[in-house]
Amino acid sequence: MTDATRMDRREFVKVLGGGIVVVVTLPLDMILDPRVPARSQRQYPTDINAYLHIAEDGTITLYSGKVEMGQGIMTSLSQMAAEELGVTLDTVYIVMGDTESCPWDMGTFGSLTTRMFGPAVRTAAAQARLVLTDLAAEHFGVERDALTVENGVIYVRADRSRRVSYGELAKGKQLTHTVDERAVLRAAKDFTVVGGSPKRLDGHEKVTGAAKYAGDIRLPGMLYARILRPPAHGATLTRVDTSAARAMPGVTVVNQDGLVAVLAADPETAGKALGLVTAEFDVPGPTVDTESIFDHLVKAAPAPATPDEAGDLALGRRRSAKTFDVTYYNGYVAHAPMEPHTAVAEVKDGKATVWSSTQAPFSQQTNIAREIGFRADDVRVITPYVGGGFGGKVPGQQAVEAAQLAKITGKPVQVMWTRAEEFFYDTFRPAAVVKLVSGIDAAGKLLLWDYHVYGAGSRGSDVFYDVPNRTVKVYGEWRGGPDGYHPFAVGAWRAPAANTNRFAAEQQMDLMAAAAGIDPLAFRLKNTTDARMTAVLKAVADAYGWKPRVPPGKTGRGRGVACGIDADTYVALAADVTVDRATGAVTVDRVVCAQDMGVVVNPDGARMQMEGCIVMGLGYVFSEEVRFEGGNVLDANFDTYHLPRFSWVPRIETVFVKNDALPPTGGGEPAIINMGAVIANAVFDATGAHIRRLPMTPKRVLEALRKV
Amino acid sequence: MRETIRFTLNGRPVTLDTAADRTLLWVLRTDLDLTGTKYGCGEGVCGSCTVIVDGRIVRSCQATLGFVSGKDVTTIEGLAPDGKLHPVQEAFVEHGGYQCGYCTPGMIMSVYGLLLENPRASRDEILEGMEPNLCRCGAHTRIVRAIETAAAQMGGRND
Repeated sequence: MTDATRMDRREFVKVLGGGIVVVVTLPLDMILDPRVPARSQRQYPTDINAYLHIAEDGTITLYSGKVEMGQGIMTSLSQMAAEELGVTLDTVYIVMGDTESCPWDMGTFGSLTTRMFGPAVRTAAAQARLVLTDLAAEHFGVERDALTVENGVIYVRADRSRRVSYGELAKGKQLTHTVDERAVLRAAKDFTVVGGSPKRLDGHEKVTGAAKYAGDIRLPGMLYARILRPPAHGATLTRVDTSAARAMPGVTVVNQDGLVAVLAADPETAGKALGLVTAEFDVPGPTVDTESIFDHLVKAAPAPATPDEAGDLALGRRRSAKTFDVTYYNGYVAHAPMEPHTAVAEVKDGKATVWSSTQAPFSQQTNIAREIGFRADDVRVITPYVGGGFGGKVPGQQAVEAAQLAKITGKPVQVMWTRAEEFFYDTFRPAAVVKLVSGIDAAGKLLLWDYHVYGAGSRGSDVFYDVPNRTVKVYGEWRGGPDGYHPFAVGAWRAPAANTNRFAAEQQMDLMAAAAGIDPLAFRLKNTTDARMTAVLKAVADAYGWKPRVPPGKTGRGRGVACGIDADTYVALAADVTVDRATGAVTVDRVVCAQDMGVVVNPDGARMQMEGCIVMGLGYVFSEEVRFEGGNVLDANFDTYHLPRFSWVPRIETVFVKNDALPPTGGGEPAIINMGAVIANAVFDATGAHIRRLPMTPKRVLEALRKV
Repeated sequence: MRETIRFTLNGRPVTLDTAADRTLLWVLRTDLDLTGTKYGCGEGVCGSCTVIVDGRIVRSCQATLGFVSGKDVTTIEGLAPDGKLHPVQEAFVEHGGYQCGYCTPGMIMSVYGLLLENPRASRDEILEGMEPNLCRCGAHTRIVRAIETAAAQMGGRND
């Protein structure tokens, strides 16, 4: 359902109370800059849409199917609209993630908002400016070229006393304008709003507690639901007794089509009622666990895809002066957003309205409709602020559950997963194995790259170094693989697959650099001719103050470097660590991050994302690993599953490699992809120990130290 | 067992006729419609539900209504009662000490509580005090900057 034009356009303007609506339905290739590599367009529909409304009081509303989950796009998208419209930021409002009023959108993920939806916003705003300028030209009886726009007011250049505001032009209008030509966008050198770092538009609401998340929606008569859950994935319910719960005053019990739920006017009563439900399940015996999963992933691997192949591996192996055969391991990781999956649903007069914490309101609309037997048009999904997503809030099981229960009970229902449910139903980042054989000649030039990744997926496995003989084989994507490959659901986790692939590839680079007796940064520069990669490596070296040296120094303190490409952004990190050889504890003292992300729409916002990636990355590097026995997930809360804390956070420095010739590329994920390798490389420098498995818990660091 | 429970909430008296063993977090969020205080873990290990009770930091998911009976409770909604942001809130806005914003009320209440307890807290003392609070977005560096700014601005005052 990629049709964004379901609502009759005139109706739309009427609903909005008059004014002017500009609708963009240009094909993607007309909006995007031709310099954007084609690979960034995969998975995206061929038409992206944007609506913009200019009200009679001059306020501008941007409608976006994207959601605000912390990335700051509420602000950066508004900046883009303000820039092209020629207005100040404070006149722009944005409505996000409402399936009724916003144009269709695939979902907020993949660092796609700025680079893919951004051009649609800019096009809509630029076109709106043309529409308004033409209306002004008519108003004054002059040519378009005789006019100029400043802060939402159009002036006749020759006589500035002749002026009309956007609001005045919109007054009494019920005008819809559809863009079918490519408007002229402002050049980066003329930007006044884009490229600045205004205070985020969501700040006041978020610091006062006024910001509404799905769980904060209150409807009259709303019930809070708790749902009976199996003890393990793959378990089947064999017997259930809800009589004791049913006997509790004020408790409603639902037992229908496998959905067993208790509902009450407050969540605690519902929780108590659930405690009274007795149930038996058939639980299949575990076949894999936290330790045996890696062998399983290799043995049960599906046939590989081969995204890259060149030269002759046998030749590369023969000609290599040295070869390196290493296997890397990475565990399952949870998204663990602070806001658990939550939804409030109301079913009334044949229509369902669902407030959901989701990254993909439109696909949830489709899923909910299918599950409750409604037409998609009769389901409206509204996305309030989302309390973190990181790829985990796409499927929308909780929204379906809320809608089902609302339909069954006839009352508004809230489903807010407990932290334990959150850990159980999360679509974890898949565990993975990487088998990598590489080789170099006597001068330290790469000759061989034989790369096999199991479980993780392809993203981040692209070989951007110059290797004549290479292959990349990908056994299973991050969406899952064959039945039974993973013991529970897996899915996208901030830069899916890339965290695993860069951990392996960039550690291998340091291994080879050390063997060749070359500084790791120099070794990378020697083996790539990619100008953007060279630039970010040099930028990170400058910012860090990198002096050539061959690791390991084995002083207990070490430094590392790692680089990669994600979401068309080039990123390089350098880090300092201190290793306690007695305990295996690693402290990260400093991380420097350099990024080439094209035009930087909001530098401070981009830095926040880089810093967030680095801190979040510390979790999967040091502690985060979902432990399990078969379908039984052993971690249920933050007491055993440890997220990064204040004391872990290093000094962080972020630098941009200026590249205004390139439209904005992704910003939400790139800086996280190298965290595993940059820290592992620094630990190697500090101690000579090789860390082949993440997370590098103190125990595993000690084991690695013993092998030195 | 229902009973009458009275306490002060954000400077105003509250009277509830309900069970004393109910959890403060859920009473705030349901009966009293103050949704700024967030559920994050339900076990007092994330800090999202932090409120101030008689000047002390309390995880409201671990406190009963009986515990606050006769006491003075401040939630995030009580920090800027007349619309003027508290210096801690201002500093969070100024430095961008949040991303998704879900842990933010708990972060701000924890900072507020720490400075109440120790108006001249050093940077290390503040960091130690904030250690139990989780932020998944990784806004930590900016939260620390916000705390330093707020502490300096309050200059040892604790109102």
